[in-house]
Amino acid sequence: MTAAPRTILDPSGERSLAERSRVPRPESLSGLTVALLDISKPRGNVFLDRLEQRLTDVGAKVRRYRKPTFTKPAPVDLRHEIATDCHVVIEALAD
Amino acid sequence: MMQVRTYVLHMLLPDGLVVVVKRECETCQMVVPVLEQLAATGELTVYTQDDPSFPERPAAIHDADLGVSWHLEIETVPTLIRVVDGVEVARTVGWRRDQWHEVSGTDELGPELPAFRPGCGSMSVDPDLVDELRARHGGSVLRSRRLDIAALEDDLEFMFNRGFTDGLPVVPPTEERVLKMLTGTTRTADEVVAVIPPDLVEATVEKVAIAAVMAGCRPEYLPWVLTSVEAACNDEFNMHGLLATTMPVGPVVVCSGPGTRAIGMNSGINALGQGNRANATIGRALQLLVRNFGGGRPGEVDRATLGSPSKYTFCFAENDLESPLGRLADDFDIEPGTDAVTMFAGEGPHTIVDQLSRTPESLIGSMAGVMQGMHHRKLVMAFDAILVISPEHGRVFADAGWDRKRVLEELHARLVTPVADLERDAHGIAEGVPHGFEGSLPKYRPGGILMTYAGGGAGLFSALIGGWVNGDTGSKPVTRAVRY
Repeated sequence: MTAAPRTILDPSGERSLAERSRVPRPESLSGLTVALLDISKPRGNVFLDRLEQRLTDVGAKVRRYRKPTFTKPAPVDLRHEIATDCHVVIEALAD
Repeated sequence: MMQVRTYVLHMLLPDGLVVVVKRECETCQMVVPVLEQLAATGELTVYTQDDPSFPERPAAIHDADLGVSWHLEIETVPTLIRVVDGVEVARTVGWRRDQWHEVSGTDELGPELPAFRPGCGSMSVDPDLVDELRARHGGSVLRSRRLDIAALEDDLEFMFNRGFTDGLPVVPPTEERVLKMLTGTTRTADEVVAVIPPDLVEATVEKVAIAAVMAGCRPEYLPWVLTSVEAACNDEFNMHGLLATTMPVGPVVVCSGPGTRAIGMNSGINALGQGNRANATIGRALQLLVRNFGGGRPGEVDRATLGSPSKYTFCFAENDLESPLGRLADDFDIEPGTDAVTMFAGEGPHTIVDQLSRTPESLIGSMAGVMQGMHHRKLVMAFDAILVISPEHGRVFADAGWDRKRVLEELHARLVTPVADLERDAHGIAEGVPHGFEGSLPKYRPGGILMTYAGGGAGLFSALIGGWVNGDTGSKPVTRAVRY
């Protein structure tokens, strides 16, 4: 008979998490470039249109982006483009 | 029969002749005079498995932990091996004088002995010991971190406390169990199987085997689990989105081929239900891998509003052996008779009741009626479905001469609805297809009905398994031949 199990193998991905500090919260959005990411859910554009209006009113520059489908993570290139061109990103989740 | 083997030995064998024996074996006792002859003529090393004082002469080395026997893959004692430069060049098992002459290069051995006598089983293949020995001597192939369970902690509670379960108990994945699981495949433990969402880490065969142990699989199920993982974790099937969606859906595993019968899967009575180990644990292993290895847990990346009991496990075999309507796997270009897994993103089964139809036209009308209503009768083209036809319903089609192609054609033909009935706000219901379409629209895209055959012999019921968002937006069904 096998002895009672006392050591097991780790079923997890054994990841070592990389810690990244957040960019400091901006004092004001005025003059900053804000990315609005549409995840392609129905009516996400309604919400983002309104946000764009509000952000423009406070002096932010708005750039619009769109994921090909809401069911998959944003493509690496899209993430890179947003990170390179914008100071702040707002993602419109749905449901 | 003389054999030559290749194996990895973590020790250098002494040159000359090596013999492995045990006292308990009468053949070993019988060949002691031969061993004395060989010891007198050349270099001989004797390993004994049980009694360190056997044989008295020539003196033996006690293989106390059976490590030598294990690494030499000794199955029978006595085994005689010739070693040159630390490497085995010839071997014979049991006692056969001519073979011993050939391997030892010495003539006239044991003249008083019979010409032949079979050996006995080696202790290193004793079923009561083999799992432990595999872990002790083969454990080095396992790369996973070891987690120690505290002396006073219950094993099953440990698994719950660490968050490793789906809510039901899991089998603790010890080295012994994982190594035994790995005997179910020819793949090596370190082979990468797939990248598992949502954490997107490469899972090895070893990590999949761990999940299979935890789910309660037997080793012979492992190839099916591995193939399910490969079929699920790719961009086409989109396991990531299926996990993250708010819809109550999960991976549905449809197994097909003679291998389903070889491992005892159920495609008959209660095929979609509980009670069969293979059905239950293959689907569960995939889900446990996504949970524990991929990091996909409910309330975290799994955002299901309601979820479904089918997310514990949803795996069944199609009865391709008796189906009068072909099999699902063949629709995906799998050769007939080949074992295959079809992965479908779907919800739990929904019953189609029709106990009165005795003509195919009547029955197909019932099925189409239920299928139009799937998810919402005014939503079309966005979702695929699996249609599980039971034997009694299947017979209605078969008796009328309808084959697989005909059934599917007749179904699609009945699942077309005028846009006026589907549009948003039509019939006072806001939900529906967007405005702008004309004419009629089909409920299902071409190929969007995945037909299979399963179930018990009595009961005029079939089942509809509604799908998640289909195509590039969501998930496409993926079929893979099982790789052993």
